[in-house]
Amino acid sequence: MDVTATNQVLAVITTARDRVGGSAPIFYVDDFSELEQVAVYLSRVFMAAIHDLGNGVYIIVKH
Amino acid sequence: MQYLLTIVVATFSGLMARLYMLRRDYRQYPSYPQGWAIHLFIGFIGALLGAILVPSLIEAEFAAVSFLLMAASQFREVRNIERSSLEKLEHTELVMRGTAYIEGIARVFEARNYLAIWTAFTAGVVSEAAHQFGLWVQISAALAAGVLAAGLLNRLMRGPSIGDIADVKMTDINFDGPILVVGGVNVMNVGLTDARQRYLKQAVAVEIIPRDVDAKATLANIGQMQAIAHDAAAMVGVYMDVGEQEYTPLVRRDPQSGKLVMVMIPSEDNQEAFLEAVSNVPVLETAIRKPARSVAGRMMDGGS
Repeated sequence: MDVTATNQVLAVITTARDRVGGSAPIFYVDDFSELEQVAVYLSRVFMAAIHDLGNGVYIIVKH
Repeated sequence: MQYLLTIVVATFSGLMARLYMLRRDYRQYPSYPQGWAIHLFIGFIGALLGAILVPSLIEAEFAAVSFLLMAASQFREVRNIERSSLEKLEHTELVMRGTAYIEGIARVFEARNYLAIWTAFTAGVVSEAAHQFGLWVQISAALAAGVLAAGLLNRLMRGPSIGDIADVKMTDINFDGPILVVGGVNVMNVGLTDARQRYLKQAVAVEIIPRDVDAKATLANIGQMQAIAHDAAAMVGVYMDVGEQEYTPLVRRDPQSGKLVMVMIPSEDNQEAFLEAVSNVPVLETAIRKPARSVAGRMMDGGS
């Protein structure tokens, strides 16, 4: 059977190192363009959606 | 073999009724040559049962009627088969149908066999009643009764569509930061700038405003909301690929007014086709609520 993690934060991508922490994989990036690029790659890998938390932190969530 | 003519004519009427109903739903439900073969044959069995019922009643063979009970359980099986096969195929759909819609489809398939039985039975009764007026009168009267019964039953079975219970019109799409806002309702968080641009450029959105309290309660059903998303996407075509969750068509509800909003990126920009598609989505039988028929519901209606 397929097991998929839905409605969980699969990855966190951020430029702000001091704003994040915890158990989900965190990807630190240098600027916004890199952030978007990493977010697209991760979302394609996970087949999940990209959400913008508005404070320089993006999360990948599968719905 | 004095009843042979009645049985043949009645069975034919029932089978034709089933075929007519299969044609009518060709657009709405998946139907393949194999699916047709299966449903026509089951419809044929139903029609034959309805036809045989008439001579057995005339001959006072009431034991034969009990076979109907056996048949009914067979037809219930049709619903289970249809449900489980649609559920198995659910993950192959870009936009899910939802369990409520599947249940509705499965019920329709079961009910149509009963309609075939009724049609055959009616044709059989008329055929026997017209027996004394000669061969051609008998055949034509029975066939006419069959057509009438099938048409009438079909009409009675036809449920309302979204356009009947609500006003559907195009609405605006904009972004509040990353939040996609459609007709004043927050729909979802779209993270990617590219995706936001695509929404602003290509997406279409409608708002579905319920006409009364009953419609409001019916539209609040999650299964109904999913059915709208699925059917609109199926009819207009959706711009998305596997795993592109940000382009999934979404239906959201405004808790204040009870209106629904739906946004999707169609494969081609045709607003009228999209409006038409949403208006024609069937109202699910399992979603229908009638709060206005209760005292409390009427009090709420008068108060607002």
